[in-house]
Amino acid sequence: MGLEKVNDLAWIIGGAQGSGVDSSATAFARACAYGGLHVYGKREYYSNIMGEHSYFQVRVCGRPIRSHVDTLNLLATFDAETIFRHVPHVVDDGAIVYDPGLAKVRLGDVPTIEARLEQDLTTYLVARGLGFTVEDLLKSAEDRGVSLVPIPYAQLLTEVADENHIDQLSKISRMVNMFAVAGSFSLLGFDYDFMTKALRDVFRGKAAVAEMNVKGARKAYDHVAGAHPAFPYRLKPIGFNGERRALMTGAQAIGLGKVLGGMRFQTYYPITPASDESEYIEENQVLDLREASDPEMEDAKAVGEAGSVLVMQTEDEIAAVTMAIGAALTGARSATCTSGPGFCLMMEGIGWAGINEVPLVITLYQRAGPSTGMPTRHEQGDLRFALHAGHGDVPRIVLASGDFQEGFYDGTRAFNYAERYQTPVIHLVDKALANSNGTMPIFDPDRARLDRGEIVTNGWQGRDPYKRFALTESGISPRAFVGHPGTMFWNTGDEHDELGHITEDPVLRNLMMEKRFKKLELADREIPESDKVNFFGDRTADVMVVSWGSTKGAILDAMDVLEKERVRLGFLQIRLINPFPVEPVMRTLARAKSIVNVEMNFAAQMAGLIREKTGIEPTHHVLKYNGRPMSSTELVGALRAIAKGTTPKRQVLTHGV
Amino acid sequence: MASRQVLKAADYATDVHNDWCPGCGDFGILRTIQMALAEMQLDPSNVAIVSGIGCSAKTVHYVRTYGIHTIHGRPLPFATGVKLANPNLEIVCVGGDGDGLGIGAGHFVNSGRRNLDMLYMIFDNGVYGLTKGQASPTLRLGVKTKSLPAPNLYEAVNPLWLALASGATWVGRGYSYDIKGLVALVRQGIEHRGYAFLDVLQPCPTYNNLNTKEWYGGDDRKDEQGRAMPRVYALANTGYDPIVRSPEEVDAKITQAVSKAMEWGEKIPLGVFYKNELVPTFEDRIGGRIPQYAENPPAVQRIADSEGRPVTDLSRFFNALAVN
Repeated sequence: MGLEKVNDLAWIIGGAQGSGVDSSATAFARACAYGGLHVYGKREYYSNIMGEHSYFQVRVCGRPIRSHVDTLNLLATFDAETIFRHVPHVVDDGAIVYDPGLAKVRLGDVPTIEARLEQDLTTYLVARGLGFTVEDLLKSAEDRGVSLVPIPYAQLLTEVADENHIDQLSKISRMVNMFAVAGSFSLLGFDYDFMTKALRDVFRGKAAVAEMNVKGARKAYDHVAGAHPAFPYRLKPIGFNGERRALMTGAQAIGLGKVLGGMRFQTYYPITPASDESEYIEENQVLDLREASDPEMEDAKAVGEAGSVLVMQTEDEIAAVTMAIGAALTGARSATCTSGPGFCLMMEGIGWAGINEVPLVITLYQRAGPSTGMPTRHEQGDLRFALHAGHGDVPRIVLASGDFQEGFYDGTRAFNYAERYQTPVIHLVDKALANSNGTMPIFDPDRARLDRGEIVTNGWQGRDPYKRFALTESGISPRAFVGHPGTMFWNTGDEHDELGHITEDPVLRNLMMEKRFKKLELADREIPESDKVNFFGDRTADVMVVSWGSTKGAILDAMDVLEKERVRLGFLQIRLINPFPVEPVMRTLARAKSIVNVEMNFAAQMAGLIREKTGIEPTHHVLKYNGRPMSSTELVGALRAIAKGTTPKRQVLTHGV
Repeated sequence: MASRQVLKAADYATDVHNDWCPGCGDFGILRTIQMALAEMQLDPSNVAIVSGIGCSAKTVHYVRTYGIHTIHGRPLPFATGVKLANPNLEIVCVGGDGDGLGIGAGHFVNSGRRNLDMLYMIFDNGVYGLTKGQASPTLRLGVKTKSLPAPNLYEAVNPLWLALASGATWVGRGYSYDIKGLVALVRQGIEHRGYAFLDVLQPCPTYNNLNTKEWYGGDDRKDEQGRAMPRVYALANTGYDPIVRSPEEVDAKITQAVSKAMEWGEKIPLGVFYKNELVPTFEDRIGGRIPQYAENPPAVQRIADSEGRPVTDLSRFFNALAVN
């Protein structure tokens, strides 16, 4: 037996949609996390309810990781399609868990494999002088040194059915998922107790199902035990170093940040991938409040105050955005949450919120466009769209989160910006961030502060009527809420006077336009640089990477790899997109010999924005638009090549399954 | 402000210059809204009027309450957001027939399904006034107003039917020149527990030369004494009973309302066609999910302490997601 490779693993489980792949991946990830290991999971699925191929890559590591990789060490399967799609990506000393009953299935028998892929696999098999069955493909892997790990799923299922007096195997057929997970853990030498705990969590509230899975999956664990000594990968539990940790998805992190930030009203129309966030909050609509920490709060507790978020599923995204605006007018922190096609329908509402200075938060989960595009796949193609949404000059703040932590804290921050500057805030996130999960230190709510901006409370005592749009030095007019005594005001989508009544007066028009944009100048002055950009690596490096959003994890992981190769890099992550942090970006990029723009879209949208705002033109582009997020593997290759000076200006990354 | 002073209709008026055409039916409707608010002595601070786009939508600027003039076809979802966040407010939503039944038809239907406690009024004149007289969704097929180049190609939608089909629990029709009747309808619509839809017939003297004040008033058909025989008449004077008093009555009362809403042309009924307070309001339905919703809706919740620290406790969420 060769050298053990401990606690650095890429694992994939795949299967037909609707067959329980997500639950098994969650069980795998949670079990690893219970052992103190760090986990990063990437979920890929079709726009389909049942039958198409979905898979989950889970990376497990002894140190924090933030991205996925192109190769895998262990492939857990229970259908033929997963074998056909993923076996070519298994490393030579890896392993494949599979159902021996599938050996004779031919490539042509799997209708959900696209013609392009079928052709590529055919070429792959022909080149190796093999036939077109599962068996042939597995043999090609075995010849490379890959361990084949058959688990007789049908036989194990029959045993479980007999022991539990279940008359139809189909009732428990989804358990094969957990067999594949248990088989994986057995190979990896990971204690089954962690799996037991994970199963009890995944099947929370269904104790009988959980216990049946615990006992059933144990059969697969025992079946595999000791049979594959050549497989070098191992998982071993490590401590938590006193850190309290959670495993959650990006959508959950972002949603929780918003809830902590005082969001009390959220609207949505069902859309992938944005709905996950709203549904998560809707499941938890009633909120606990902190114990009183100041006299004001003690009063609140005394009258039995409770918190809640009203989550409204609306008839369309036009209703979603306008309803959220209506709620915001009453003083409730209010948001809507959508993806590209839904955001398209929100334009007119965003313009209205802009001209009426309404603190509206829109969480925009980007996905591959244009039009329906690839609804369940990833892209960062809405940067320009978010910047220009709505006709006319609409003031807005746009921020973009790079990872789970930023998603959480930005969820709160977005409301602070919205209320302080009384303008719509578009919080740009994406499919990759939403659907990925990972282990992370539990967020620190004490870091958050809520800034509600200038507000007229306790009614209006002035002699003159309250002016909602009073012209002020800063551009900010103290805001009153619909329903508060004496502060009656008017809103209109028309240009308006200080009271909010329609005007077409040319002088007043200019004053109002200038007022609205003064607020963005103020935001630019007030928001600290640490919230506008992040910098990582070497400030004096010749090669400066610039990017935004969820490419952050892959870039950082690639930088770790390249650091060992003595490739010196700096990485500027732009977090505040509008108002654009001109000075920090210019300062950081000015000295670099090579500026590498990295983003997930065709048109290099951020590069264009940087050029527009600073006059600086990136020297290289690393782009990807095939719907699959960038891996750290791909970025290592791309950045290494740029550092060596051997690449064209534009590199397009293409890995994807 | 908790003023004890008795408010008159004029106290609900602003001094904003009114730029409707002379003779517009909107004047009458505006007046009835102000009169109804005065009759009910509603605190202007506790009322929000929400409108769409078009002549009718300017109404909010002439009324001294909170006034939200929104975008074309969307007053209902705006109003819904305001009301859901603060259900203590009285909400009157107003818009034109094109606004509510053309571009905003989806919201018309879904507002019925929700049964949120508010009043929605359509100022119904059969034309798009502010864009110079195009046919609206309530103009009949084959009709040619003077503003149209050729007879209308579309069949008209029946707003009362659509409201009934969508689940509105109070459905009425008024007429802009029947001030007394309309004030009563506005008031009943506001007081109704649930979603009230009020279709208000009004002439557009500039573009609709067919459904004029004279036509509604029956000036073209005089009795022996030479008196005009109005086309509009009050349902209440015919012994019509719109109220659903038990669940078993729903089918019959809806059928009756649908049938009555078919009348048009020589006889045009005004009044309450249907009223059913047995259906739970949207607020009630939310209360089933969020027990303290009524006392502590989104708009009044405290979200931070005096130093800006969030008061929301995420421990329960974190505990469920924690791994150690």
